[in-house]
Amino acid sequence: MKMTKLSALVMTTALVAPAAFAADMANEMTLVSWGGSYQSSQDKAYVQPYIANNPGVKAVWDESSAEAVAKLRAMNEAGNVTWDLVDVVASDAMRLCDEGLAEEINHDEDLAAAPDGTSASEDFGDLLVSDCFIPQIVYSTTFGYRTDLVGAEAPTSVCDIFDLAKFPGKRSLQKRPIDNMEWALYCDGVAKDDIYDVLGTDEGVARGLAKLDTIKDSVVWWSAGAETPQLLADGEVVMGSTFNGRLFSAIAEQNQPIGMLWDMQSFDLDGWIVPAGLPADRKARAMDFLKFATDTQRLADQAAYISYGPARASSAPLVGKHAELGIEMAPHMPTDPANAGNVHTYDYEWWADNRDDLDAKFQAWLVK
Amino acid sequence: MSDTTQNGPVLAADGTPLKRSLAKALRMQKLRALMLIAPLLLFILVTFILPVGDMLFRSVDNRIVQDVLPNTVRALENWDAASSELPDEAVFAAMAVDLKAAAEIKVHTKVAKRLNYENPGMASVFRKSGRKVRKWDVENEGPYKERLIELNDGWADIELWRTIKTYSGQRTMGYFLNAVDMKLGADGAEVRPETERIYNTMLIRTMRMSLIITFSCIMLGYPVAWLLANITTRSANMLLILVLLPFWTSLLVRTSSWKILLQQQGVINDVLVWIGIVGDDNRLVLINNELGTIIAMTHILLPFMILPMYSVMQTIQPTYLRAAKSLGATNWTAFWRVYFPQSVPGIGAGSILVFILAVGYYITPALVGGTKGTFISNLIAYHISSSGNWGLGAALGAILLAVVLLLYWVYDKIVGIDNVKLG
Amino acid sequence: MSALPPYATTGQRAWYYSFRVICGLIFFFLIAPIVVIIPLSFNSQDFFTFTPEMLRLDPEGFSLKHYRDFFSNDSWQSAMWNSLKIAPMATLVSVTFGTLAAIGLSQPHVPFRRAIMAILISPMIVPLIISAAGMYFFYSRIGLQGTYIGVVLAHAALGIPFVIITVTATLVGFDRSLTRAAANMGADPVTTFFRIQMPLILPGVISGGLFAFITSFDEVVVVLFVGSAGQKTLPWQMFIGLREQISPTILAVATILVAISIALLATVEMLRRRSERLRGMSPS
Repeated sequence: MKMTKLSALVMTTALVAPAAFAADMANEMTLVSWGGSYQSSQDKAYVQPYIANNPGVKAVWDESSAEAVAKLRAMNEAGNVTWDLVDVVASDAMRLCDEGLAEEINHDEDLAAAPDGTSASEDFGDLLVSDCFIPQIVYSTTFGYRTDLVGAEAPTSVCDIFDLAKFPGKRSLQKRPIDNMEWALYCDGVAKDDIYDVLGTDEGVARGLAKLDTIKDSVVWWSAGAETPQLLADGEVVMGSTFNGRLFSAIAEQNQPIGMLWDMQSFDLDGWIVPAGLPADRKARAMDFLKFATDTQRLADQAAYISYGPARASSAPLVGKHAELGIEMAPHMPTDPANAGNVHTYDYEWWADNRDDLDAKFQAWLVK
Repeated sequence: MSDTTQNGPVLAADGTPLKRSLAKALRMQKLRALMLIAPLLLFILVTFILPVGDMLFRSVDNRIVQDVLPNTVRALENWDAASSELPDEAVFAAMAVDLKAAAEIKVHTKVAKRLNYENPGMASVFRKSGRKVRKWDVENEGPYKERLIELNDGWADIELWRTIKTYSGQRTMGYFLNAVDMKLGADGAEVRPETERIYNTMLIRTMRMSLIITFSCIMLGYPVAWLLANITTRSANMLLILVLLPFWTSLLVRTSSWKILLQQQGVINDVLVWIGIVGDDNRLVLINNELGTIIAMTHILLPFMILPMYSVMQTIQPTYLRAAKSLGATNWTAFWRVYFPQSVPGIGAGSILVFILAVGYYITPALVGGTKGTFISNLIAYHISSSGNWGLGAALGAILLAVVLLLYWVYDKIVGIDNVKLG
Repeated sequence: MSALPPYATTGQRAWYYSFRVICGLIFFFLIAPIVVIIPLSFNSQDFFTFTPEMLRLDPEGFSLKHYRDFFSNDSWQSAMWNSLKIAPMATLVSVTFGTLAAIGLSQPHVPFRRAIMAILISPMIVPLIISAAGMYFFYSRIGLQGTYIGVVLAHAALGIPFVIITVTATLVGFDRSLTRAAANMGADPVTTFFRIQMPLILPGVISGGLFAFITSFDEVVVVLFVGSAGQKTLPWQMFIGLREQISPTILAVATILVAISIALLATVEMLRRRSERLRGMSPS
């Protein structure tokens, strides 16, 4: 174990009595993530090596990231936090931080520096969107389509989703307003830069929903990342949105006849937060793991299992081939120039502020 | 009793009056029965009744507003919500104090969330301002009216202040009103704008679909129950196993197998295409809609219909039917006028049981219902575990519970709880 | 209708057979969805559909890999162990409390019997989502949320109505003169209970226990709320399997669960018949 500056207290304890060091940290930690191939890439890249270094530590996975905000609120209210480290998207991290449900992190103190000495905060750069957030990956929500079911011409634009005449059949969309509203407005003729201004008005919301109305009867709504790949594989939908890494798994690992549509994909970040109010021993363990799991090498290692871009600048050159298939990973990353021709920059802050309103309207629209 | 005196009270062996002795014995018996029941009653109260009651209490709990904004609530008492003027500087100053204090311990977002349920848009005003006000020196940096409005023009919206004033009480009917698509305006309850209406639709849909499911169960259950009651016991026991096996099989197993069967590329569609009833390019949509939920839930609840019907039909004498026929009734008349009326209690028992179970279903509609085939339970789950609007979830839950308890009461009147049979 | 009388008309004959066909179809509807997953669990592909190889009965199309996955995958194994740790404990709690209370309830004079019965049966009637949410908040407050004990208590509460119903049903046919006879011969209440009453109501107790067991063993809504990752049970893992990472391993698990259900069902049937024999009732 590297004993750099974890915290003054832990360091002195470690120097004075190495045996007591381990006793100050809990031996079991509950990690919360999204399940599926993403979680297993984290398990292989972070958890297994960490456990190999720290025998006796046990990690339990909980696939609850989708409900993380509500559950953390409940845990906080009851004063009984059972999670040690939670994987959430950036906007959730901002909400949790605002509500005091996540611990504020001193990125330079608590995280490892890059191998060349660059500080963590510089290495992560702009991706540190919240004081509580430790980014792991850059991913995008994009579309996959069945190459054998869409007809002779493959879709090339995100607006093909709304074109039932050209591409008949079912499509799957995520059961939430985020991304769908932006795509709907964009395809309704709103300029890319104006999307959030329009969405901020009642008319804009109505306009977006009206556009979604045109395909509503042909939409299968999903709430977990694995659903679209499964729906595509079963031929239940001809195209659908999901996270690019899930599509990569279906295409490259399972050889499904699925193609990727890289247009207006929505960039987002995913990373860890440490829940506020952990007992000292569990917090120490979580922080120790966090430091290990977000260093340059570990983030690069994860990219060998799933096609998400590592959040550290210093990890990018280390991204190599797929761990099992031996194919180059770089061309499958959402950040690859060939894939990032026309992207949609997702406004975390806008959504952190407006999520509750839009959710209510979207839910009401759904059941109509 | 031959040797007791003629005109004293009847005595027991130990000399006490028999009446008292019997009463004592009865009391002892009652006490012993209660002692046996008490541990379980206590257990259920603590592990079940209290938790449910506790959750229902959330549907009226509104302490958060007073807890987080105590000064503002007090200052607003002097303001007339019906007036078209913004509150005065004192109210804004109180808000600045409250907001700063709340933002420091990061609870301003909680009250923001609460008020946002009633007036969408308030959350972002509180969130955005909270970040800034945290750094203010609220002792001597007036005037706050201008400063707050400058920070966010949401503070100049009179509706915001009306909402705070309306929802400043410790208890609220707001969640219940919301659960029936209404809200508490400045002058009483009013219907929500159409874009926010959702719960009545869901409640009606839940009732309608549960009725359809109950009816399908009657249609499918009746012939089977009749057959079971009218064949030899040995064969009936064999066939009963076919009814009980689904009952004993994991709910998730049954739901996932329906998912496999009903898909467009699933087994049922494959068979239909193979037979030639349906064209390959126009396969039936059987899942992620109402139909999917109805099929899967009819299957899951059918045993709950067959078992009570069967136990009632077992008691119907076949001789009645024969008598009717020998008196000249046709098969149909004999069945409809003689047999069917006697089997009605079984139908009633089964129907109420199926309906009670159906209205509360959650897992199956979530997995096969898409958006059109989901129930009110799915919305409750959404509010509890995803949107975080627990008060609304609790209010919806209370309404659902009221419906179920009413039916339970009816069931108890008609059938009696003791008469529930499980195979 | 045990047999068609020889004097039946053609119409009656037609009705007799078509009625049987209708009933056959309904039985098919009941059973087919359970049977269909069994062959699918031997699929050599990672998807939920019958592959062309399977339809041709080509051995290539079948494999045991999903079963291997179940027995070698850590999360499935720990889920199975958690289920096996939780269900028997929950059963024990509900059977102990439930049997005592059922005996109490079947005494001739119980005050507030209806009300008590209604409270005890309520966990079966209250929609699960309401119970689950209530327990979630309440157990969090008293520190039971996310603990083994919390899940056991919650599942025990859900299992109690089944124990109450089956045991009181057995006690309805119980001849009270037997206990009086025992008391008459000098047996104290405890001896009477264990030597006379218990052996006779045992089948009811066991089948109530099996109901309680299967309730806990199949339960997913409450454990999702009350449990934490450390108590992830088999149905929970299946729910994740359906939602997050659709893997045919759940079909293998489903097949195993169906086998367990059949075993439990057979046990309950046997006990029911035994109980009826013991109480001198003719079967059925």
